[in-house]
Amino acid sequence: MSIIYDFTIAARAPWSHVVKQGQTIRIIDLEGNQAVDCILYNAHDPAERYSSCETVVAQRNIFLNVGTTLYSNEGRAMMTITADTCGRHDTSGGACSCESNTLRYGHHTKHQHACVENFIYELGQHGLGKRDVVSNINWFMNVPVLDDGALGIVDGISAPGKYLDLKAEMDTLVVISNCPQINNPCNGFNPTPVRVVIKE
Amino acid sequence: MPELSTPYRARDHARSMHGKVIEAMPTLPITGAVGVPPDIDPGTLTWDETLAAGEYASRVLKRGSRLRLINKQGDACAQFLCYNADRPIERLNVADTVKVQWNAYLGEGKLLLSDMGRVLMSVTRDTCGRHDTFCGASSQWSNAKKYGVGDNYSPYPNARDRFLLGLLKYGLGKKDIPANVSFFKHVKVHEDGSMAFVPDASKAGDIVELRAEVNTLVIVANCPHVMDDRPTYTATPLRLLAYRGEITGPDDPIRNAGPENQRAFENVDDFYL
Repeated sequence: MSIIYDFTIAARAPWSHVVKQGQTIRIIDLEGNQAVDCILYNAHDPAERYSSCETVVAQRNIFLNVGTTLYSNEGRAMMTITADTCGRHDTSGGACSCESNTLRYGHHTKHQHACVENFIYELGQHGLGKRDVVSNINWFMNVPVLDDGALGIVDGISAPGKYLDLKAEMDTLVVISNCPQINNPCNGFNPTPVRVVIKE
Repeated sequence: MPELSTPYRARDHARSMHGKVIEAMPTLPITGAVGVPPDIDPGTLTWDETLAAGEYASRVLKRGSRLRLINKQGDACAQFLCYNADRPIERLNVADTVKVQWNAYLGEGKLLLSDMGRVLMSVTRDTCGRHDTFCGASSQWSNAKKYGVGDNYSPYPNARDRFLLGLLKYGLGKKDIPANVSFFKHVKVHEDGSMAFVPDASKAGDIVELRAEVNTLVIVANCPHVMDDRPTYTATPLRLLAYRGEITGPDDPIRNAGPENQRAFENVDDFYL
């Protein structure tokens, strides 16, 4: 396979690109414990998009790891995780937003940059918008669920250089927010760049 | 078959159905509601409707209204979505709901949060205690796998199509279907992330009561849970009772249960200034 695209997404930045069917995108956590919020869309009909519910029900497990197929709201395979050196990834915790930050940390965080800002900005470049933001994937983020249902973003299990590979099962618009959160351990309180490499 | 060869006969035949009562129907006028629980003043009722297996309803509830979901025989699955009725671009966000409140199973005192940092509805009563926030709605394909067919027009309609119909009636559509909550069905998550459907998580007579903290569009579909592997399409009747109530005051215990709750209500106050 040859590299056809190689880009480093700056800390706190949005990014999007179409990964064509059969191509593989590698997402690399360059400095470690950097949450990469991600939503997938059918590049030809973005009303078809990633579904966390379809994905976790299909594998009867809430964590994403090697072998996980990422399904759309139409029940179709969008991408498959073909390699992963991190171990598990989240799809329960959603994306941080200015508005939810006010609940989680206080009204003083209203103006901090957030993933939903990145998502809607980037979706806006494609003629999409807020209705298109759905429950997302958080690559490299660790969200356990305890016996009593307790759930939370805790210290990450990623490290510098950990990566995962996603093989596109359809032409997929991949939209990423390189998470800017600074109030919880999802980025080790220090947002850093991540690298994306597309091969075919 | 009756002989209905003229409009008059057809009219008389149609009119002969007037006043028919079945279990799964709305009660109109609302003053005709029967079997109203003794703790609800019948004079405050605004909605009484029972959904049989596969049925759905959508309705706008005024701020302060209570919506009681009654699991009459214990095997209803209330797949549920809600929106800010005044600006439905603001809608239930299940991920924020579980993340902000540090718990995935909901229960009495928990909030249904929007994607704009506001509480849409509070769970004021809950005799069941554990509900599903991970699995979403059944679909045409998930029903077809279990029951042979799952189309909306089939005997085994799916919750996703039911949501879509409810939304279309308010000018919304497919893109407006986020992840939903399923009341009365519990999916246990184990340490390794694996999920297990818990049969009989609810019992006959269980209730969940929701208080609308904003003017709220609710959509409810009573379809078998997507992780319910029983080969027969099983959902027992779900009764929906709504009644008028006071807008939540500053001393409300749910509002003051924690800092996240306080700020979710402050953001609602701010919306109505």
